[in-house]
Amino acid sequence: MSNAFRIFPEQASRNAWNVDALFLFEFLVSCFFVFLIAGLVLYFSLKYRRRSDDDVPAYTPTSTLLELTYIFIPASLMVIMFFWGGWIYIRNKRPPANAMQINVVGKQWMWKLQHPEGPREINTLHVPVGRPIKLVLTSQDVIHDFGIPDFRIKQDVIPGIYVTEWFEATRTGEFHLFCNQYCGDLHSRMIGSVIVMQPAAYQSWLEGRTADEPAAVSGSRLFQSYGCATCHGQRAPSLAGLYMSLVKLNDGTTTIADEQYLRESIVAPANKLVAGFGPIMPTYQGQLSEEQIFDLIEYIKSLGAAMDNTIPGASAAGPQTRPSTQPVNGYHPDLLLNQPPAREPPGSNQSPLQQDRRP
Amino acid sequence: MSSIPYIPAEFDPPARATYLNAGHTIRSWLLTKDHKRIGILYMVTITLMFMVAAVAAAMIRINLLSPAGLLREPTIYNRAFTLHGIVMVWWFLVPSIPTTLGNFLIPMMIGARDLAFPRLNLASWYLFTISAVMILAVLIFGGVDTGWTFYTPYSSLFANTHVTLTVAAIFVNGFSSIFTGLNFIVTIHKMRAPGLTWFRLPLFCWAMYATSVIFVLATPVLAITLVLLAVERILRIGIFDPALGGDPILFQHLFWFYSHPVVYIQILPTFGVASEIITNMARKRPFGYKAIAFSSLAIMLIGFLVWGHHMFDAGISPYSGLVFSILSFAVAIPTAVKIFSWTFTLYKGSVALETPMLYMVGFMGLFTIGGLTGVMLATLGLDVHMHDTYFVVAHFHYVMVGGAVMGYLGGVHYWWPKITGKMYSEFWGKIAAGIGFIGFNLTFFPQYIMGYLGMPRRYFAYPPEFQVYHVLSTAGASILAIGYFMPLVYLLYSLKYGRDAGPNPWRSMSLEWQTPSPPPTENFEKTPVISQPPYAYDLQSPMGAPAPVVST
Repeated sequence: MSNAFRIFPEQASRNAWNVDALFLFEFLVSCFFVFLIAGLVLYFSLKYRRRSDDDVPAYTPTSTLLELTYIFIPASLMVIMFFWGGWIYIRNKRPPANAMQINVVGKQWMWKLQHPEGPREINTLHVPVGRPIKLVLTSQDVIHDFGIPDFRIKQDVIPGIYVTEWFEATRTGEFHLFCNQYCGDLHSRMIGSVIVMQPAAYQSWLEGRTADEPAAVSGSRLFQSYGCATCHGQRAPSLAGLYMSLVKLNDGTTTIADEQYLRESIVAPANKLVAGFGPIMPTYQGQLSEEQIFDLIEYIKSLGAAMDNTIPGASAAGPQTRPSTQPVNGYHPDLLLNQPPAREPPGSNQSPLQQDRRP
Repeated sequence: MSSIPYIPAEFDPPARATYLNAGHTIRSWLLTKDHKRIGILYMVTITLMFMVAAVAAAMIRINLLSPAGLLREPTIYNRAFTLHGIVMVWWFLVPSIPTTLGNFLIPMMIGARDLAFPRLNLASWYLFTISAVMILAVLIFGGVDTGWTFYTPYSSLFANTHVTLTVAAIFVNGFSSIFTGLNFIVTIHKMRAPGLTWFRLPLFCWAMYATSVIFVLATPVLAITLVLLAVERILRIGIFDPALGGDPILFQHLFWFYSHPVVYIQILPTFGVASEIITNMARKRPFGYKAIAFSSLAIMLIGFLVWGHHMFDAGISPYSGLVFSILSFAVAIPTAVKIFSWTFTLYKGSVALETPMLYMVGFMGLFTIGGLTGVMLATLGLDVHMHDTYFVVAHFHYVMVGGAVMGYLGGVHYWWPKITGKMYSEFWGKIAAGIGFIGFNLTFFPQYIMGYLGMPRRYFAYPPEFQVYHVLSTAGASILAIGYFMPLVYLLYSLKYGRDAGPNPWRSMSLEWQTPSPPPTENFEKTPVISQPPYAYDLQSPMGAPAPVVST
């Protein structure tokens, strides 16, 4: 993020290399066509310039072969661009399973970021180098956009839904974080930086940030204070082992209990009722902030997941699985639950298109 | 022209009745049903609106000279870029060529006396003017700060500016567009002169026809979308805001379903202008008449199916992203066909680099750059990085300003002798075209570079490493302003002091030039009968006199 004059951004992630290679290809193709067109226009304009006002050039028949040539060549080049670009796009939609998850809430005009181990940051994100980082993002108010140019990633952050983006930084340093979607007066102040550190440095940074409790702990407190425990596990479905499991719904369909489903079930519980349960849960729309909803979801995740590698709490040193019944800072998840956390694994749920929000 | 223009003796009698001297009162202008006078009314209106939008652009460029923002408040800057976008799109670019040159030329090119519905034509100018007053009222009351895209829920429930009046103004403006499009479609279908088959139609008319279809089919969607936005804003009925149970992405789908085709409303007319000027200035039939004609229709049709490429980063399904990506590539094919066709039209021609042709040469270069960067943006993997940065800003200015505004200026220069009967200064015309070209590139090329570096759009303040590019851009904008101001001066000067142009200074084969300049109110003394293909310069006699296309 140096202030030096640059004509090309830094390449600070694996994705940056992929994007730049394609950009270079398309840049060269574009240069070829720009110089071809400009060259031909200038050459013809000069070579065939009007010498006398009475010049009447002869008819030149249209060449179908030439027409087909300048349809076929650009079309073939664009097929290459389409597949190459599509590959990068799909790759960017598919976070690796061992990615460290960070929850992000955008609001006018700041970014609030939470690490799984607890630290909460505003407008600054500390991450370890060489480790895939998956961001789960939502907005408290209007549409924002979380972009890191030096990583070549960007994602609109939309109220009401969760979207994800991921990156793997390849060099340490400080990089710009921009809001790219106009969000009101101080849009241009909704900027920050991503600080990429060596894993050991990140670890010691984490250890120095003890003031913030883990989200799951905040979530369990919310779970108590909002009285969720009154019903869940008795009149309402148990939440143990729910995360990433297959849930049978009242209408006969099934859904995967990902973050999006959990959020929807808190703010609009009647939308997707679990099979066998009635619409008795009130909506918490407007009563909980997006950060509190994240906390609750982290708490639900801490009650066990259908897939081990999606459990938060993996440290910078590598993915670690935490047994689902282990107490989280003194709260034992099973205290509130009657059912064992065993659920069928979701199997092939990690589709690259899983975050498709529209049926 | 370097030599004396060809003026047949039978034309240009003294004190001839023209549409200009048919009446001199204000009433004779404001109640006119003559398509040519309505075209002039539009030209005056959109020129004034262009100036309003240009002042907003100047505020943007001045603010960005400093990384901290030279205007004191981001609120002022945010209103400036919003007003610039809204006024440029709906009060200049959309109406620019259709309502001025299209109005003036379509009946003349097809040998008709007027458009099919002259009263509707006047009504559409009144609606346009009312909408212009409304948007100026927004400006006077304090402006609007949503960006021209009105993304929800910011525009519906968060913005504290005059969103409702603004969308009302655009709503009224939209009906003016629909009326114009309807008028053109009916006119081109029903009022062509005897012998003027579809494939003898000037390519300008083909382009205007495709444009009109978009006017009629896309604009109602915008109107509905803006009504829904106003309903949510005024009545708090949840349509787009998730907190009320709405869907913010739905707005983007609806908005871009209009607003992507609208960029073809802005550029297709320029394609038509280019086809006319390039064939005339090369004195050649177009290389591939049917390819150019059908590519206008292809662009129109595919253009309706690519709106999702504005939303690759907006959380849409990756499958639909792939579909919108390939369709966006597909729309580049007919566009490339046009560019190559114009290029090869010059081959073995007799090319005169008069002012209108200079604008077309500049247009071809700039539009090619704008189009190819559009191909980059259609590439999913690249768009994710470039979306909502200055790369996009540079891309659409290359297409809209380097394309559409260049086309409008080229067209105004080309048909100015027909519209006014006067020649402007060729010398100053060429100088202004050159200044505009240089200024344009200096303004917008640095924006490509800073866009790829990551500079986001709509930023009042920015990190200091981008400053050098912003300073270059502002310097370029100052030069561009001179390039735009000069034509205003010498064109107005020519009205009084310009030499008479004669009926056909470019010695065109096209029908609108086979009548005196300025034309009589009825356009043609007798209804012309067309007996040969368009642009048949090669059928001219060796003496240079055009083969007869006008007969009884």
